Amino acid sequence: MRDSQANIMKWRYFQQSLFFALFRAAALIITLALGGIVIYIIINGISAISWEFITKPPTHSMTKGGIMPAILGTIYLTVGAISIGLPLGVASAIYLTEYAKQGRMIRLIRVGINCLAGVPSVVFGLFGLAFFVILFKFGSSILAGSLTLGFLILPTIIGASEEALKAVPQTFREASLALGVSKWQTIYRIVLPNAMPGILTGSILGIGRAAGETAPIMFTTAAFFTSKLPSSIFDEVMALPYHIYVLATAGTNIEETRPIQYGTVLVLVALVLGINMVAILVRAYMRRNKRW
Amino acid sequence: MDANIIIKLKNVNFYYGENRALTDITMNYRKNKVTALIGPSGCGKSTLLRLLNRMNDLIDGTRVEGEILYEDKNIYSPDLDPVEIRRKIGMVFQKPNPFPKTIYNNIAYGPKLNRVGSANLDELVEQSLKQAVLWDEVKDILNQSAMNLSGGQQQRLCIARALAMKPDILLMDEPTSALDPISTAKIEELVEELKKVYTIIIVTHNMQQAARISDETAFFYLGNLIEYNKTEKIFTKPDVKQTEDYITGRFG
Repeated sequence: MRDSQANIMKWRYFQQSLFFALFRAAALIITLALGGIVIYIIINGISAISWEFITKPPTHSMTKGGIMPAILGTIYLTVGAISIGLPLGVASAIYLTEYAKQGRMIRLIRVGINCLAGVPSVVFGLFGLAFFVILFKFGSSILAGSLTLGFLILPTIIGASEEALKAVPQTFREASLALGVSKWQTIYRIVLPNAMPGILTGSILGIGRAAGETAPIMFTTAAFFTSKLPSSIFDEVMALPYHIYVLATAGTNIEETRPIQYGTVLVLVALVLGINMVAILVRAYMRRNKRW
Repeated sequence: MDANIIIKLKNVNFYYGENRALTDITMNYRKNKVTALIGPSGCGKSTLLRLLNRMNDLIDGTRVEGEILYEDKNIYSPDLDPVEIRRKIGMVFQKPNPFPKTIYNNIAYGPKLNRVGSANLDELVEQSLKQAVLWDEVKDILNQSAMNLSGGQQQRLCIARALAMKPDILLMDEPTSALDPISTAKIEELVEELKKVYTIIIVTHNMQQAARISDETAFFYLGNLIEYNKTEKIFTKPDVKQTEDYITGRFG
């Protein structure tokens, strides 16, 4: 009897250590994979990086020179996408969580937003082409690209903003309303500031996506090659992801430009990381008072 | 209307969806008195309190019947703005709920947005904190986060925040249920002081508290007003057996 008790305990401890080991292994694999990719990119790309590489346009049919127009283009597009996606997304989330009467209509809208999140990015590209480039006659331009990317990241931003708004304690709303403060003032002064860190988290994810997507900008904004910098939002630009795609598949000399390709990837990763760092710092600053 | 009466309820019914939470409540609240609402959990006393400043509006699917008169106007009439009513009828909640702002800005928040006494906000903040007997403890740390205060201090801050709006009536929903005995005693003393200026309606689960601080007591059971009288009478010679059973702890 006592023996079987001891055996059961032993078996339980064995189970526990087995599963903990599995979880550890899972975490390790994912970290190694990420680390591996980053290290691989750095090793292969670092040789291409130079002051000239990030400040000069490409030359010799893109086999030499830099990638400055693409860096600038990606910055323009990302900033454009966020300036369209963030206000629209936050406004939608406020409507959905704070104003709309919860019911079938709202459920339907939510399902729609979730579907939008699952739409392949190339479909967004075609939509942008049909809608912004052709119908609205924006042409292949920063504006059309920013709008397309803005719509692409909209579901991410709406989802994160909704969660952030819901996480603000109901007692804050009650306290404010009980003071005779109007609903909009309550949202603007109490709910939004407290939801801001969460909203920014959504934006960070959005920024990463907007900067890295190739398909949506392929038809709406990206130039194969232009050494001229855009002078207005109706100009087309080069962009890092598309530039990588071009160099790797349709370039004049794919093998010879390998270092440039990896260099461009490295710059793109660094750029996304840099923009995210800014958002993370802003979020940390906003969170300093959060304690509930 | 009797000049001493500030709120009058006439045949008030209240529903959450299909469920009736309050049945045919008729009662008057007296000016500058403390009225305690007592009764077992789920008896409708908090629901009634939240009817008086239209906080139940925030819950979908609720419905009110009957009249609640404040200054001879039905606060549920469509031409009255609930925001206006809440300026005149302040509320303190069960759990202290300061905003994650500085102590100063917690108090100044309501008056600033409603332009109450905007001439001198500093003075209003000081006056409100003094009224809530918190001034001496916080006067040097007005720019620190209210979240750093103790639970009892936070609750007095919430009272000060409500007072800064210069309301007529203060609704208190079990304001000491989350506090230790010392903080509770402080709030009770405060209520004693505040009734000189304000009308106070307080929900409490604590019989001793109701007996100590209120002038009148209403006993509720299953959404019905069972007995409503002077506190002294309720706690010494209640008319209804149910009331006696409840306050002596035989049920509830």
